[in-house]
Amino acid sequence: MSSWRMVSVEVKQVTTAKSKVTIKGTKEGLVFFMDDTCSFEELLTDLREKIEHSHQQILSGPLIRVSLKLGKRYCSPEQQEQLTDIIRQKGNLVIHTIDADVISKEEAFAERLKSTFSIQVHTVRSGQVLEFEGDLLLLGDVNPGGTVRATGNIYILGNLRGYVHAGFKGDTQAIIAAAVMAPTQLRIADVISKPGEEWASSSGGTEFAYLEDGTMLVAKMNYLPRIRPELGERKH
Amino acid sequence: MGIGIVVTSGKGGVGKTTTSANLGTALALLGQKVCMVDTDIGLRNLDVVMGLENRIIYDLVDVAEGSCRLQQALIKDKRFENLSLLPAAQTKDKSAVSPEQMEEIVTQLKREFDYVVIDCPAGIEQGFRNAVAGADQAIVVTTPEKAAVRDADRIIGLLEREKMGMPKLVINRVRPHLVKNGDMLDVEDILDLLAIDLVGVVPDDDHVIKSANQGEPAVMNHESRAAIAYRNIARRLLGEAVPLQPLEQKAGVFQKVRKFFGFK
Repeated sequence: MSSWRMVSVEVKQVTTAKSKVTIKGTKEGLVFFMDDTCSFEELLTDLREKIEHSHQQILSGPLIRVSLKLGKRYCSPEQQEQLTDIIRQKGNLVIHTIDADVISKEEAFAERLKSTFSIQVHTVRSGQVLEFEGDLLLLGDVNPGGTVRATGNIYILGNLRGYVHAGFKGDTQAIIAAAVMAPTQLRIADVISKPGEEWASSSGGTEFAYLEDGTMLVAKMNYLPRIRPELGERKH
Repeated sequence: MGIGIVVTSGKGGVGKTTTSANLGTALALLGQKVCMVDTDIGLRNLDVVMGLENRIIYDLVDVAEGSCRLQQALIKDKRFENLSLLPAAQTKDKSAVSPEQMEEIVTQLKREFDYVVIDCPAGIEQGFRNAVAGADQAIVVTTPEKAAVRDADRIIGLLEREKMGMPKLVINRVRPHLVKNGDMLDVEDILDLLAIDLVGVVPDDDHVIKSANQGEPAVMNHESRAAIAYRNIARRLLGEAVPLQPLEQKAGVFQKVRKFFGFK
């Protein structure tokens, strides 16, 4: 422990000209920009220095929200904890967000899964279950008794006659679109609905189901731009 | 090497055994060497429908267990020289035979016969797996009822996983007047849902019940519309392009002539 303290003192002397932590005030509170080229130890030292000594007068007073910008530095959850521990020493500083421009491969993979777009050519028959992470485009029918589940949106270019569950891990923004909407049952996130409840059976033509205030509704495809305009840019 | 055709449906009571019996007989009448295999162990009745019950000595389970040779268990139908039956056991249950044993038996039969027609039990459990094990082709039988079509759909899904071509569909016991009034699913509705090739539509016909009780396959009756339908199915299986019979019993020229001469 003592050895790094010595090193850090030395570093501090060399780099006093350029600060490792730049603090800026915004409308939302304080933003801490962390240098991403120095070592993590240097960063901790400078942060500690600023919090405990040099900037004490600015950093006291009423509750202030703090956002940490880590730049291109990857911080493990433990390292993030170290940073927040230092900041929390000041009772009035509340960590709001911790942002980095980089993520780990695992996170990237999970993120990619979330935004994958699968295309399936298949007739989902009675008793068959099709389950996917992300969005799903099914070129084929879903027959009565067949089940399709995806964490994202589900688009069916065929007859939807069975069970379809979009956003099954809780995405309430997910939609279900089908060329022919005649389902046994539809589910989006936790909401279960069947024809004849909030919406009637297909009037023919392409339609989509979505959630509005926890209620499932079905609309003609040409309403989609009004109801989910973000769908086009959200992914891919 | 012959072809193994499994006749299956998922749901019970839609006419698997009737279809097996009539299809087997029709193929035999068309000159093919046919062996029918009843895989409904514990609930056999293909032998009853064929009127061969009293001739059973050995059965499928005996063959599988090796207590007799395959040849000893085969019952030759005396009415049709090309037709044989391998009956199921009535005392055991479905687990008495394994899919591997079934495959072996059907392979042996295929060496000797042109067609091996396998009558599948209802359900999707071991009995079904046994029946499809040796088959190269499947015929799915359904009736124009929602529940039967649903089960047929399930069965087609299961058959897709087997190493065989697209199953073919027989729609059984269609009642034209109900379809006409919209009280029964029509052929189009069923095909739209199941999306497989149709190989025949069999009208509901009292002759079928009568002949089953007499132990004579309905195809032997030339009056019966169902018999014509079954014979057409057999011809289609042999690759002939036979148009579908019109379902409506329309007063065609033939009937008018018959009426004119005072028949019926």
